[in-house]
Amino acid sequence: MSSATSSILRRASDSLSARVRWHPLEIIFWIVAFAMIWLMPTRHLIMTEIAWLGLFALSLDLIVGYAGIISLGHAAFFGVGAYVAALLAKHELINEPVLALLVAGLAAMAVGFVTSFLVLRGTDLTRLMVSLGVALMLRELANQFGWLTGGADGLQGVVMQPILGLFRFDMFGHNGFVYCLVVLFVLFLVARRLANSPFGLSLVAIKNNPLRAAAIGIPVDQRLIVIYSIAAFYAGIAGALLAQTTSFASLDVFSFDRSADLLLVLIIGGTGYLYGGLIGAILFKLMQDYLSVLTPQYWPFWIGALLVAMVLIGRDRITAWNAPLRHLAAKLDWRATRRAAAAAAAAEDR
Amino acid sequence: MALALQTKGLVKKFGGLTATNDVSLTVEKGARHALIGPNGAGKTTLINLLSGVQKPTAGRILLEGDDITGLSQHARVRRGMVRTFQINQLFGDLTPLETIGLAVSERNGLGMDWWRVAGSKRALLEEISSVLERFHLADVMNERTAILPYGKQRLLEIAVAIACQPRVLLLDEPAAGVPEDERHEILASIAALPADVTVLLIEHDMDIVFSFAQKISVLVNGGLFVEGLPDDVARDPRVKAVYLGEEAHV
Ligand SMILES: Nc1ncnc2c1ncn2[C@@H]1O[C@H](COP(=O)(O)OP(=O)(O)OP(=O)(O)O)[C@@H](O)[C@H]1O
Ligand SMILES: [Mg+2]
Repeated sequence: MSSATSSILRRASDSLSARVRWHPLEIIFWIVAFAMIWLMPTRHLIMTEIAWLGLFALSLDLIVGYAGIISLGHAAFFGVGAYVAALLAKHELINEPVLALLVAGLAAMAVGFVTSFLVLRGTDLTRLMVSLGVALMLRELANQFGWLTGGADGLQGVVMQPILGLFRFDMFGHNGFVYCLVVLFVLFLVARRLANSPFGLSLVAIKNNPLRAAAIGIPVDQRLIVIYSIAAFYAGIAGALLAQTTSFASLDVFSFDRSADLLLVLIIGGTGYLYGGLIGAILFKLMQDYLSVLTPQYWPFWIGALLVAMVLIGRDRITAWNAPLRHLAAKLDWRATRRAAAAAAAAEDR
Repeated sequence: MALALQTKGLVKKFGGLTATNDVSLTVEKGARHALIGPNGAGKTTLINLLSGVQKPTAGRILLEGDDITGLSQHARVRRGMVRTFQINQLFGDLTPLETIGLAVSERNGLGMDWWRVAGSKRALLEEISSVLERFHLADVMNERTAILPYGKQRLLEIAVAIACQPRVLLLDEPAAGVPEDERHEILASIAALPADVTVLLIEHDMDIVFSFAQKISVLVNGGLFVEGLPDDVARDPRVKAVYLGEEAHV
């Protein structure tokens, strides 16, 4: 191999591995998140909500931000996960929460797989309508099968057993928060891996240009079905976390508001870089908490106003506002890169 | 001589318009075959039918003897037939490195690999780097494709197809929009293709066509009009009439 080629190869290899290297800000993000276990024990209930909402939004990001499938009915999978988890506990079918969580996620995934065939056909608008329709249908089914789901009253009398047989869901939500945070972190790691794999790249390619994606041998439909099912799994887990930490599931898990709010969360946080859903969930919940104390009846008004403002101002300018932050991020990253390069050089010398 | 590609009575109608009219074309293995014809003759439509972007109204398509008329686009690519586009079709958010990396991973069956980091296999990296080098894309390999200058995008358009290592390559006006003095990079890369790769080239520039082709098919109004060796086609009065007629319009 010529020296020019080998230098290109080294640069190519470096750039590709840089995609997966942990950015210092990411590490700080997760350290702070886990530190919350000890730092703010009185706020664990709202943090639990942030954790499952973040996971739910991450799930939507996988299909919107990576594969370019827009959905207004993502609550369908959230709801399936919530009801399955609640039913498993109520009827004592699976008592151990982690196992029940997994089963709930798989049930949602199955629904995602079946409905993916409906959603993949057609344009953005048909996708919006079909995904919305699926969620509405599931809500109505849950309403009709009252003997199973408790109908409009919701599924009551759910008693959760300790996590792994060891950790009780206490009334302050301490263990519940740790549980949700660990699940979120594990599933985040998987999503991060997935996003940087050849499979993840192929999704971005499909989002950018499905015609060309097919022309280089990517089976477009198959890839979209797979990611849609995976996203449904994630959403189902999020719903199951809600049901398990509150010992309750009601029709509201399927509601249109929930799907629409979720889209809002993702718009606030930004799509296509995995942290958008998490950051969006934090901001959304904190705002909701703050504004609903301030003006309880006007919360929806303010969130609506915020949405309009964000769209009008536009993403570009919002990104301009956090330019100093990004500058800091680049600096931190540069330090890390230099350290890594120095280490590599040292290794080569040896 | 074995046939790489063959069509039998291929027809494509758009409403009342017949864009492909009973085309029975044969392309030999390893051929350097050019497809020419005036604007709107149906050249791109023919490529769309061959690559599976559009379904023919009637007729069959055979790739290396197998009927592929019903196969999807990606299945045809996996069987070794790859195309490029007259108008660039690229992945704006990906870099050239990621784009080529993706094509190479897909060809190696890693497309469903969701665990490994993209480009972590040494052999694939070598292949990716060599394509980037050959197409002069190494210096921009980490730029977003959407912001590359047109010339580089055009090189990438061809490079992605070649990264798929086709046995049959369909080139739809590869030099379109590229200024005269930048064309040589694209033409050199086509000339450098292994001799056993079959190439069907659509091109308006007659200098390129005659320096490249061993055989020429002329398409007019969707139908095959004249076919033969370059010299014969060049001398054919009917072809002259078509092209002169066209020039007279302009
Ligand atoms: N999707 C379509 N729907 C309707 N008509 C079409 C479609 N695609 C192509 N046509 C028509 O079919 C005819 C052939 O078009 P085509 O693009 O194949 O020509 P071409 O030989 O590639 O021309 P050019 O040299 O300008 O690229 C044209 O009259 C065009 O308007
Ligand atoms: Mg054309």
